[in-house]
Amino acid sequence: MSLKNALRAVTALTLITATSAFADTITIATVNNGDMIRMQGLTEDFTKKTGHEVEWVTLEENVLRQRVTQDIAAKGGQFDILTIGMYETPIWAANEWLVSLADLPASYDADDILPAMRAGLSHDGTLYAAPFYGESSMIMYRTDLMEKAGLTMPDAPTWSDVEAAAKAMTDKDNEIYGVCLRGKAGWGENMAFITTVANSFGARWFDENWKPQLDTPEWKAAVTFYNDLLNNYGPPGASTNGFNENLALFQQGKCGMWIDATVAASFVTNPKDSSVADSVGFALAPNKEGVDKRANWLWAWALAIPAGTQKEAAAKQFIEWATSKEYIELVASKEGWANVPPGARTSLYENPEYQKVPFAAMTLESINAANPDSPTVQPVPYVGIQYVAIPEWAGIGTAAGQEFSAMVAGQQTVEEALSKAQANTAEEMEAAGY
Amino acid sequence: MARAVTTRRKTINTVAAWAIGLLIFFPILWTILTSFKTEAQAINDPPLFLFFDWTLENYAVVQERSDYMRFLWNSVIIAGGSTILGLIIAVPAAWSMAFVPSKRTKDILMWMLSTKMLPAVGVLYPIYLLFIELGLLDTRIGLTIVLMLINLPIIVWMLYTYFKEIPGEILEAARMDGATLKEEILYILTPMAIPGIASTLLLNVILAWNEAFWTLNLTAAKAAPLTAFIASYSSPEGLFYAKLSAASTMAIAPILILGWFSQKQLVRGLTFGAVK
Repeated sequence: MSLKNALRAVTALTLITATSAFADTITIATVNNGDMIRMQGLTEDFTKKTGHEVEWVTLEENVLRQRVTQDIAAKGGQFDILTIGMYETPIWAANEWLVSLADLPASYDADDILPAMRAGLSHDGTLYAAPFYGESSMIMYRTDLMEKAGLTMPDAPTWSDVEAAAKAMTDKDNEIYGVCLRGKAGWGENMAFITTVANSFGARWFDENWKPQLDTPEWKAAVTFYNDLLNNYGPPGASTNGFNENLALFQQGKCGMWIDATVAASFVTNPKDSSVADSVGFALAPNKEGVDKRANWLWAWALAIPAGTQKEAAAKQFIEWATSKEYIELVASKEGWANVPPGARTSLYENPEYQKVPFAAMTLESINAANPDSPTVQPVPYVGIQYVAIPEWAGIGTAAGQEFSAMVAGQQTVEEALSKAQANTAEEMEAAGY
Repeated sequence: MARAVTTRRKTINTVAAWAIGLLIFFPILWTILTSFKTEAQAINDPPLFLFFDWTLENYAVVQERSDYMRFLWNSVIIAGGSTILGLIIAVPAAWSMAFVPSKRTKDILMWMLSTKMLPAVGVLYPIYLLFIELGLLDTRIGLTIVLMLINLPIIVWMLYTYFKEIPGEILEAARMDGATLKEEILYILTPMAIPGIASTLLLNVILAWNEAFWTLNLTAAKAAPLTAFIASYSSPEGLFYAKLSAASTMAIAPILILGWFSQKQLVRGLTFGAVK
């Protein structure tokens, strides 16, 4: 071998070693939602660009939450990126469990993130999780059934409009129910919906001194309305229906209206799974006449880096890739614009191609109608719309959710459910030292 | 004297047994059926029983999205390893309790069983911290040890009851003939207790295979067994029941087949000593 060749070989070897030294394998904990599955399928693009490999740990939502909390609190270091929601982000950031994302490069264009999402995923003004997709809630309704009933749905309806429409569309003999709503117990299930109803009736969870407010007339009006609406015009067994159960009912043409996450719009309009795909209309979540807050919620599935990971740089590169404008374009080129992750970036809604998607405008309008810093008409000491961003909420919300679910099932009255939820909340808050 | 059984009675018994068997098996059957439906058919109301367009699409999707063999291999190692390790410890322990009991043997047995009464989550945090210290998080060896420890009381109890059925005189006779302790356990006791040991082994493989608390909490990407494989197909926002069913079917298939082949041994072992 000549000296030249030997030198070439050495250079090549050095280069290989150098690249492999910088290539990491990052572990990402996530949930099994459609957009995340698509992201897993596209990971090769990230590996090609950066050299880093990705290992996915996909878990059920509640298991993921518990598993990830436990790992962060114990500093187990099992994950380099976590998929978390808007509820956890400010709490975990305050505990110094998350790495700040303030230093993402200018090319990432963090200012492009929708303001409502940015607000919900920040702590003290610093971004701690990047939204992968965001959602609000809205009304999805059957245009054919509305037409048959001789009604039109306003773009911004009130609860009276919803009740009238539900009554007109209900045809129990043919298994068509005017409205499908969440009844399954859980802070992220029925309580997300009930809390937004309460907000739109002028109620609030706590007053400025953290006193629970479930014994107020506003709460009673809101919960009575919800209970009557669901029992009069809802499907049988509604107390066990969550997002997936209602999605199944709506896709089979059994619901006149469904008020739930905006992300459901892409499912119910997909002709492959939905029998009513071409007759779905969208409207803003309702409010009570005279109350200046709508029943919109706000949620984001976001990517965050746990403090203490050894692979912070690679993890940041991944977040940059997965929540970038380029990623949205990549998904659009492979799966069409209707399947890109929604609700995260302003530029997406300015894109003329995306504006053609039937639910795009209403999704943006719903997200913009939600403000986590001011969820209710009366002042509150907390952040969050369909949840209260304090660590105690998961317990309080779940306990209250069980009471309201039992109420929908007819096991107790509205008054009983409210007074039990009030007593439990007061007890929990006192024990927590508020 | 055997009791005379009329034909009618026999028929009723057979029908009742089949009915109960089907009732117990129905959820598994439904999972298997659902795995061959499309997502839209899976949520159809009224539910579709046999007359739908059978498809293998879900299996193809699951196969493409997850590395099934890696999860399967982890399950085999963890379930098999924890059972073998458990038997190595439990056979001598059960021997001593059955044949040379002391005043405290009964108490020790009760105390061992009482460890099963604590909900697992009660010791999750201490074990998690220990695992971090020892570098055992997300390793197969760590899970094998934990599952062995969890099932050990059951193994010891089962073996103890089987061993109690064996007359001590036989072992004494062997001792009289000059058998050492090792020979006594290996060549006299073990062959006589084979049905009991076999059913203990099988039951423990099944328990370890199905264990979903520790296997989900102590693993991430590397050592995750089939329980994590199933969990990864459950979705809070999306209807993937057919795919979830396909993943479940793939996860239970190996243990179902194993149970099928060894059911004779299993039933014999479980009823061993029950009827005298």
